[in-house]
Amino acid sequence: MSDKEKKQGTEISRRSFIKGVGTGTVAATVVPTILVGDQNTAEAQTDEATSTAVIQLNINGKVHEIEVESRTTLLTVLRDGIDTNGNNVDLTGAKLICDKGECGGCTILADDKPVYACMMLAMDAQGKQITTVEGIADGDDLHPVQEAFIKHDAMMCGFCTPGFVVSSVALLNENKKPTLEEIKDGLSGNTCRCGTYPFIFDAVETASEKM
Amino acid sequence: MASWGEASQSRLIGKRITRLSGKDKVTGKAKYTYDINRPGMLYARILRSEVARAEVIALDLTPAEELPGVKAVIELTQVGNQLRYQGQEIAAVAAETDDIAKDALRLIHVELEELPFVVTEDDALAEGAPEIRDWTGNKSDPNVDERGDLEAGFEEAAVIVEAKYHTPVQTHVCLETHGNVAEWRGEEYLTFWASTQAVFGVRNDLARTFDLPANQVRVITEHMGGGFGSKFGPGVEGHTAARLSKMTGKPVKLMLTRRAEHLVAGNRPSMTQHVKAGATSDGRLIAYDMQGYGTGGIGSGAGFTGPYVYSVENSRTERFNVATNAGNQRAMRAPGHPQGAFAMDSLMDELAEKLGMNPLEFRRLNDSSEVRQAQYTLGAQEIGWHKRNTVPGSGTGIKKRGLGVGSGQWGGGGGRGTQARVTINADGTVEAVTGTQDIGTGVRTAIAIIVAEELGLQPTDISVTVGDSEPGLPSGGSGGSQTTPSVAPVIKTAAEAAKQKLFEHVAPLLQAPVDDLRVGIGTIYVASDRTKTVTWKQATGQLGMESISEGGNWDEDLRQGGVAGTQFAEVEVDTQTGHVGVIKIVAVQDCGLAINRLATESQINGGVIMGLGQTLLEERIMDPQTGRMLNANLEDYKVPGTYEIPEIKAIVFDTHRKVSGVGEPPCIPTLGAIANAVYNAIGVRIRELPITPDKVLTALAEKKA
Repeated sequence: MSDKEKKQGTEISRRSFIKGVGTGTVAATVVPTILVGDQNTAEAQTDEATSTAVIQLNINGKVHEIEVESRTTLLTVLRDGIDTNGNNVDLTGAKLICDKGECGGCTILADDKPVYACMMLAMDAQGKQITTVEGIADGDDLHPVQEAFIKHDAMMCGFCTPGFVVSSVALLNENKKPTLEEIKDGLSGNTCRCGTYPFIFDAVETASEKM
Repeated sequence: MASWGEASQSRLIGKRITRLSGKDKVTGKAKYTYDINRPGMLYARILRSEVARAEVIALDLTPAEELPGVKAVIELTQVGNQLRYQGQEIAAVAAETDDIAKDALRLIHVELEELPFVVTEDDALAEGAPEIRDWTGNKSDPNVDERGDLEAGFEEAAVIVEAKYHTPVQTHVCLETHGNVAEWRGEEYLTFWASTQAVFGVRNDLARTFDLPANQVRVITEHMGGGFGSKFGPGVEGHTAARLSKMTGKPVKLMLTRRAEHLVAGNRPSMTQHVKAGATSDGRLIAYDMQGYGTGGIGSGAGFTGPYVYSVENSRTERFNVATNAGNQRAMRAPGHPQGAFAMDSLMDELAEKLGMNPLEFRRLNDSSEVRQAQYTLGAQEIGWHKRNTVPGSGTGIKKRGLGVGSGQWGGGGGRGTQARVTINADGTVEAVTGTQDIGTGVRTAIAIIVAEELGLQPTDISVTVGDSEPGLPSGGSGGSQTTPSVAPVIKTAAEAAKQKLFEHVAPLLQAPVDDLRVGIGTIYVASDRTKTVTWKQATGQLGMESISEGGNWDEDLRQGGVAGTQFAEVEVDTQTGHVGVIKIVAVQDCGLAINRLATESQINGGVIMGLGQTLLEERIMDPQTGRMLNANLEDYKVPGTYEIPEIKAIVFDTHRKVSGVGEPPCIPTLGAIANAVYNAIGVRIRELPITPDKVLTALAEKKA
């Protein structure tokens, strides 16, 4: 690539970046460096935002009627949703941590299958039985996984804990007596930063003996 | 002299007790700052610079203000200002939904004129590099320290090693990003839910910033999703949330995005050091000459330890900071120690090999800590030190195993400044209140254990309130492994005082002098006549309409700083793929008196795993061409997951009956232990972290050639 071509490439990249940040134009004196824009234009986003629908979601055995935009994720509904009666859904156990299906902090069950709620559109959750961490216990009776997490101190800050609890329940529903390697496989979609993994593995083993 | 008593007399202290917040955490009921939903609450977001260095030429908020659902837009910089790193704040928006706030950011009109930048240490130090702050050549004034006679030391040395060690910038990756919910009552009172390690620090900062009396700011942190040193102040995002809330008269939630968390919410600085060290033929470390630097981004604070742990008579060290156009460093779990320990423990092994000595023996000869000497013996036994390759890399097969050792030290003795109250009510309920915060370490449970031990109750009988400034009982920030040693003495003396007061009320009932009364389990009895006893509830029933509420005081004798640790690692290196798997870590950690053995084991596991991440996985990657971070997410910035977790043998090494903090020290020795084990497995030394497959394969190829 010649120097001239390089420079042209640079300027195209720069424009796409500036457009990304706002509606600005490039100032006259610029230092040649390569920039890569990664933000979408405002127009595309606002168009999308205008499309809404009222849907029904079955969450922890209760039906919620709720108005959502097509872009609204299931996680947004669980945490921030307000139903058509004006009540907050307020199921904040599932956490948004990475916002792109990398960490498992928002794991919920959709028809007993573990799903990242940040990666599922609310509209796609229609017709499914959604179970969040708040729906894992039977009233005041904790699930064996929850009992075992407490017993083994399988948590520190606890922010990832709801996701791990739900993934562990899903794992044991599929595999009653997982080996350590199978536990690691089953929970490989969840991330903890405090480093509670060893005690989580112990907890799942204990829970598997009780189920 | 106050004391925690003999271990044999402790019913709860030092035992494995499950944490009080367990049920809330496993059911999703635990409310973090991120979970706070207030009536009419707005969602705020911050527009950030995507370039490393630029001047703001134009900034127009109007298009964003006009978007339906937007309630406020504010500038966080001004035309003419210089933005000095990717992620620096430009403007903020508060809107009815998070999605509207996101849309509004894209409508803000901003023009930036880019300026020359440097984002790597090499670029910053290169001849002719643009100077990006008030330091000549982007270097701070060096910190020089000289001891003994270096020249004489080298003359005495039988072997000399020269090496360069490097650790990259690591980010904290708090799973709950930095953020807050601000809610004003008029202009006089601010309630502020903060994801913070310092409830009172945040309160005082906000009171100053918004010119309010401190008692008109309430900061609440019931649960907190990870800080690791990065969450001591409200930060720009906290001030912004409070400003937006004040402007709109509505509660405002502002949580950082994952991307911003990597860019601006702190990091552990890098370290590059050139070291030359010598040892005598009988195994004495005799001379140490080191020049090193690190980058803490646009700020300073990139210090690291060295020489570390081991004694050396003659040394010269020179350290400086390198400025780069990147987010500022913040304290991160044992600031400066893990990177210094990695270099020192690698160096010790290199010297031992040149001497033809067992690296453990070489350490023993140069380590003045009696505690660590005992830990070496225990750890070596647990890992099976005899299994190590006496000739590194001599194992056969594709997958080769090796063993290594590393060491660390920390303070963690706590300090004055905590106030606490223990209240006993007539119905038998007990409350313990203090203004510390439980950032996941389990101090809430430790407080309950101490009070329950003193009063003859169960930890679950104690209602503990922490993480709230409203009761007006200050405590310090949770940093430096200081929380439990700072809080424990005050809680214990408060519980003792409350118990004494209760005895005074019960003495007439039992017809015995106060100093003849003791607590049993759920009872109070007369020591000289054990037939005279009342239940806890009968005793507190004596209070009638009163409650007992007693404060505590700081007591030097109940805590102690200065902890030692050592770790042994066994690794398996796949010589075809370059993958390093850690098989086992034995972590022997001096803890002073462990209040809760279970939570202490959790802390040790956590430290080891964070150290493992720093050794094998973690690195902030900056693109020198674009000035941007290439891995500001959780997919490309890799933290340990289930597959990386080895068997961890956490050994709570009780050394005395005084409380020491243990949050930080266990993350220190891991780096050297793993790096040395890799060398022992493959016979090639990797002096640059993280030890990724590409580095292993390159090193193996170079060895062959």
